[in-house]
Amino acid sequence: MAAVQETVDRVRSIDVEQYKYGFVTEIESDKAPKGLSEDTVRFISAKKSEPAWMLEWRLEAYRRWLTMTEPGWARVEYPKIDYQDLYYYSAPKPKKQVSSLDEIDPEILKTYEKLGIPLREVAMLEGVEPRPGEADTAKRKIAVDAVFDSVSVATTFKEELMKAGVIFMPISEAIREHPDLVKKYLGSVVPTSDNFFATLNSAVFSDGSFVYVPPGVRCPMELSTYFRINERNTGQFERTLIIADKGAYVSYLEGCTAPQRDENQLHAAVVELVALDDAEIKYSTVQNWYPGNSEGVGGIYNFVTKRGDCRGANSKISWTQVETGSAITWKYPSCILRGDNSRGEFYSIAISNGYQQVDSGTKMIHLGRNTTSRIISKGIAAGKSQNTYRGLVTAHRKATGARNFTACDSLLIGDQCGAHTVPYVEAKNSSALFEHEATTSKISEDVLFYCIQRGLSQEEAVGLVVNGFVKDVLQQLPMEFAVEAQKLISISLEGSVG
Amino acid sequence: MTALLEIRNLQAEIAGRKILDGLDLTVNAGEVHAIMGPNGAGKSTLSYVLAGKPGYEVTGGEVLFKGEDLLAMPPDERAAKGVFLAFQYPLEIPGVATMTFLRAALNAQRRKRGEEELSSPDLVKRVRETAKNLGIDAEMLRRPLNVGFSGGEKKRNETMQMALLEPLLCVLDETDSGLDIDALKIVANGVNQLRSKERGMIVITHYQRLLDYIVPDIVHVLSAGRIVRTGGKELALELESTGYAQYQSEAA
Repeated sequence: MAAVQETVDRVRSIDVEQYKYGFVTEIESDKAPKGLSEDTVRFISAKKSEPAWMLEWRLEAYRRWLTMTEPGWARVEYPKIDYQDLYYYSAPKPKKQVSSLDEIDPEILKTYEKLGIPLREVAMLEGVEPRPGEADTAKRKIAVDAVFDSVSVATTFKEELMKAGVIFMPISEAIREHPDLVKKYLGSVVPTSDNFFATLNSAVFSDGSFVYVPPGVRCPMELSTYFRINERNTGQFERTLIIADKGAYVSYLEGCTAPQRDENQLHAAVVELVALDDAEIKYSTVQNWYPGNSEGVGGIYNFVTKRGDCRGANSKISWTQVETGSAITWKYPSCILRGDNSRGEFYSIAISNGYQQVDSGTKMIHLGRNTTSRIISKGIAAGKSQNTYRGLVTAHRKATGARNFTACDSLLIGDQCGAHTVPYVEAKNSSALFEHEATTSKISEDVLFYCIQRGLSQEEAVGLVVNGFVKDVLQQLPMEFAVEAQKLISISLEGSVG
Repeated sequence: MTALLEIRNLQAEIAGRKILDGLDLTVNAGEVHAIMGPNGAGKSTLSYVLAGKPGYEVTGGEVLFKGEDLLAMPPDERAAKGVFLAFQYPLEIPGVATMTFLRAALNAQRRKRGEEELSSPDLVKRVRETAKNLGIDAEMLRRPLNVGFSGGEKKRNETMQMALLEPLLCVLDETDSGLDIDALKIVANGVNQLRSKERGMIVITHYQRLLDYIVPDIVHVLSAGRIVRTGGKELALELESTGYAQYQSEAA
């Protein structure tokens, strides 16, 4: 049999149902009635015991959303979403307020264990207190703000962070406890009117993380949140807001897994980052939502708005993402380079297999002087998937000395998938210097055979070649995530070739 | 005694075109066989069929490796059982350090044989020693496999892999192509270090000059998909002066 034919046959036999995290935890949940109306918005706001100004903010967003239409420009196809046929709020019923891990529903902890999420490990790390002067051990700590469905169940490391003056808590709490900060920054990067999905999120967001790092503080640990959709038919609308004040530094990790589902699930998160003068934010994501089964049925619809504002001079925002899941990914983590000498970075690995559709990229908007940006995108398409890089690099008239370097590489596995690159480049300033490189290649049967002749299985060979392909981006991930991401990449390509 | 490799009446085609047409060959442990022949005789096809490359279809005959049906094994299993192919054109793998590749290959083979994987320190030590014996700079181990390597470096890297994986049957496909005389000597020296009484080798070459440095026990002439003549090492010298013309006409 010809090599190509063999690959084609194998691709046809892909079993996307290998999805490792498809299980449902049996816990009672507290749901809003199906459908979306002002009442739904009021219900959510009341559930969160929100102040009046927050409800008003939500309602304003809701009213605006009613006037908007769903965008259709992305290279993704899906059946029309009936927004009245979804639940907009779901929370595990808290039996009581929890103050330590031991008080959390063991079912929930078990779920995290299955996912291999180190809540316990975090507690263990906590036990291994570094001796005075051993700063390195402390650096390895990860604080976890665990989001189970829509509500933050456990928040760890809070005290230690408080000592450093860092605020890290569910955004629902921040709305009550730090209203001034929230009022000042919420919606200041992604306004409620921004786009259909972000506006929807503004109306009905359930929870998410809030981080504030005060001036001159280097956050003493990596911050991490794990999201997981658990309730049937529940849209997920996280809202995350991270502020690094002057001279502050924070690194935030986000990881997602979701259980197997027949119905499509809508997920429309908004993440806002604000970096003031000399501040730096590093935001890393490993996304592994349920991609749908081998027939392309089910899977998460992931419509995310992530944007960082380099508001201050010499500020820096860096996005790193490893996207392996979701039936549909619509996601463009972007940087507004407002401050002079500010810098934006985007490092992305987007893998699609089965019937997945990915339309992802970034926007680098150069407004300040001598602003720089760098985009490294690695797209890998297998099975019958479609993988699109869509990116915008633009320099404003006043953005003298703007610099961008973009490299987009696509790798095709098999001959029934597609890779597309759609770069938009605009320079309204003659001193701007933009470079764009793009390559598309097919995974070479000869290279695979070379590896296999040395004893590797087909899957090991694909894993090795792909990990080599994405190496430049993997290197950008914090150590804790790099290993996990490497494994995830191999898992998500299982069965993609003969 | 069971032969290391026994090929009987092997027929193979690629994309419907017959390339091997009744090839017989027996290689015993400890022997080095040279296979010479004109372009298009089927030399590389033989090496790919032995290694199990997809796209090469065996339509008849059999191949026994230590008495077992080699053609029934998937290619990675053949590798784990001790079949090694030194490629004429070694492939490049961007982003994968040579050391990473060697680790993956060695441990994959060990897992398949039910052996324990080598720990990182053991592996690094073993690779470094092997590299040193072959005069390979440790810096090469950090470079992505074969990316930007010179022809000589690629072939030396193949030899290093062969030394590290300790195969029973080495098939060297046109190892001399793309090498100047100095590089050729170095690679041949590496191959000669691997000659042993447990190991058999098939050295495929178009030119006699490689056989000045890797001296074979037996020389075969392959033409139109079958062995048409077999002799001692002097046969190679004869071919050097007469060329392949007579074999091509015989086949035609």
